Amino acid sequence: MEKIDYTDTGQFCSGHVACAGCAEALAMRVILNEVGTDAVGVVVPSCTAVILGGHPMSSAKIPFLHGTLESAAASAAGVKRALRAMGRDDTTVLCLAGDGGTYDIGLQSLSSAAERNEDILYVCFDNEGYMNTGGQKSSSTPKSATTGSTPLGKTTRKKNLIEILAAHRIPYIATVSPSHLNDMKAKVKKAKGMRGMKVIIVLIPCLPGWGVADNAAVKTARLAVESGVFPLIEVEDGLTYKVAQDEKKHPLDDYLAQQKRYRHLKDDDRAELQADVDASWSRLIGLAAM
Amino acid sequence: MNAPVLNEDMRLMNGNHAVAWGVRLAVPDVAPLYPITPQTPILEKLIEFQSQGQFKAELLTPESEHSAMAGCIAASALGARVFTATSSQGLLLMHELLHYAAGARMPIVMFNVNRTPAAPWGFWPDQIDSLSQRDTGWVQLYTENPQDSLDTVIQAFRIAESAGLPVMVNHDAFYVSHSVEPVSLPSADLVQSYLPRQAREIKLDTTIGRSVGAPVDQVQWNRTRREMQIAMAGIADLTVQAGQDWAALTGRKSAPLEFYKTEGAEIVLVTMGSMTGTARDAVDRLRADGVKAGLLKLRLFRPLPLADLRAALARFGTALVLDRNYSPGTGGVLHQEIKAALFGMDDAPGLHGLLAGVGGVSVPVETLEALAREHLGAPTSPDPIWVE
Repeated sequence: MEKIDYTDTGQFCSGHVACAGCAEALAMRVILNEVGTDAVGVVVPSCTAVILGGHPMSSAKIPFLHGTLESAAASAAGVKRALRAMGRDDTTVLCLAGDGGTYDIGLQSLSSAAERNEDILYVCFDNEGYMNTGGQKSSSTPKSATTGSTPLGKTTRKKNLIEILAAHRIPYIATVSPSHLNDMKAKVKKAKGMRGMKVIIVLIPCLPGWGVADNAAVKTARLAVESGVFPLIEVEDGLTYKVAQDEKKHPLDDYLAQQKRYRHLKDDDRAELQADVDASWSRLIGLAAM
Repeated sequence: MNAPVLNEDMRLMNGNHAVAWGVRLAVPDVAPLYPITPQTPILEKLIEFQSQGQFKAELLTPESEHSAMAGCIAASALGARVFTATSSQGLLLMHELLHYAAGARMPIVMFNVNRTPAAPWGFWPDQIDSLSQRDTGWVQLYTENPQDSLDTVIQAFRIAESAGLPVMVNHDAFYVSHSVEPVSLPSADLVQSYLPRQAREIKLDTTIGRSVGAPVDQVQWNRTRREMQIAMAGIADLTVQAGQDWAALTGRKSAPLEFYKTEGAEIVLVTMGSMTGTARDAVDRLRADGVKAGLLKLRLFRPLPLADLRAALARFGTALVLDRNYSPGTGGVLHQEIKAALFGMDDAPGLHGLLAGVGGVSVPVETLEALAREHLGAPTSPDPIWVE
């Protein structure tokens, strides 16, 4: 167990409408407190936007522009340019989107902002599907997972957003998990202190969408990290990979067993997914050793 | 009388460069821009100005017009003065965000170069691109020549920032965008006195923490549209005032509705955009031949200046509406709008909707002259008429 080194300055308010037990609210609390008060937010339709709340209430203390689904990075760039025009270039621009708004419909504007190296901190709450609309697959949904639009299991892989972003050679990419809050806090702090485009991907196990028990979100997130499905990494300038762990502590089965979206799998299917995780892990270790 | 024009600087330039000059003089803070034929000379000229140190706006060059408009909205929410330009496909790609910009009451100014949308592909003057955006909540103005475009884009900032609504100014592809004419450039001081830099509302204020565009209930959404209606109701007067104040500084007059030789006219041609110049010549020829013809130029299309339009048209026996656009299943958009405007009037003129110049086909002055003679005194034509 690790002690959470964390001071809550009240940047995320109680009374939000996240599902009971949702780890996204926990991650939002840590991120918003680390980003602080001199910041302008952009959020696009997602669970995050719902948790931030409806007019005139807001669960965040900083102002948020509730933009359109495909425009997260473009909107954040517009905020940044206006701040710069007004001599407020030090104000942080925080952009929050889900995986639908990042991997799918928002990828075009995200790629453009990355190519221009816009000075924004982009956080993707990745729950591996369109969970806010009731649980349909996105291009972030992993192979074999069932969703409302893949009732027999998705037949193709999860899109590798990290390598797509790395190919843009942006200053900073990181993965974080609500199971490792000190790591999350440190990476947000590091990203906030850098200029240019920073993207942080947070894995959020979706209780209803993944079929996870109400008290198992953080445990599931931890197993995702420790089984090597979702390793905690950093990529600087698109070239320098760092992995926070040096081994996989759990077999994939421990992670799959927490979730109903994989319960249709047979032994052969699980072995195939394990082989996939092993291959990805080896590739990652190779990148980190370069 | 017109005011004397001081330090007049006449230069030859095309319509798009006239727009770029107007924007440079209006000094926006942020300009997201994406190229598209035939708008691109606006973008190129602004970037040339910037490379010369004469245009200081933050230039955002994203991957699409959709992202350009998203950037406009976000920058406007910080209180920035914002400009963008587009045409045809670009405007249509922005459609979702046009609703957003107006609903969030962002005073963005956009210049649109009217061009045919695909399919099939074409690059010709036709106003259906912007007319099909009439329900998005943007104020729409149409200009007829480069000078009109320069003057109007400057006035658009005044109108947008006074009303808290976005304003789209339109001119026709090539006939205006690429036609070179003498243009009088106002001085930077003159434009600064016309568009003083005053504190604009910062909707995304870090000291308040208020959000923009967050979900609302039905009653709150309903109220946003009622408030937009109130803002729209003030646009005609704001446009009149913007034109009068501009005329006092430059001597160049403009209004929501402009009249040419309508005294005692029995037939009036109703136009928007570059067709106006041809119609002026047609009126001159008809008058010289004893036909009492006049011209009504509609400069403000959204909101349609209904009361003024009804009062104006009641004076004429016959009105020919010239539409350089076609709305399949109905006809010309301007014809439909004017028909609706005249509904219930006892003294409405005989009305004829002419689909003239759709797809950019040439409409010679002789054709307009012949159409006026043909329809003079004729009862209303219920259906639109394709002009050969």
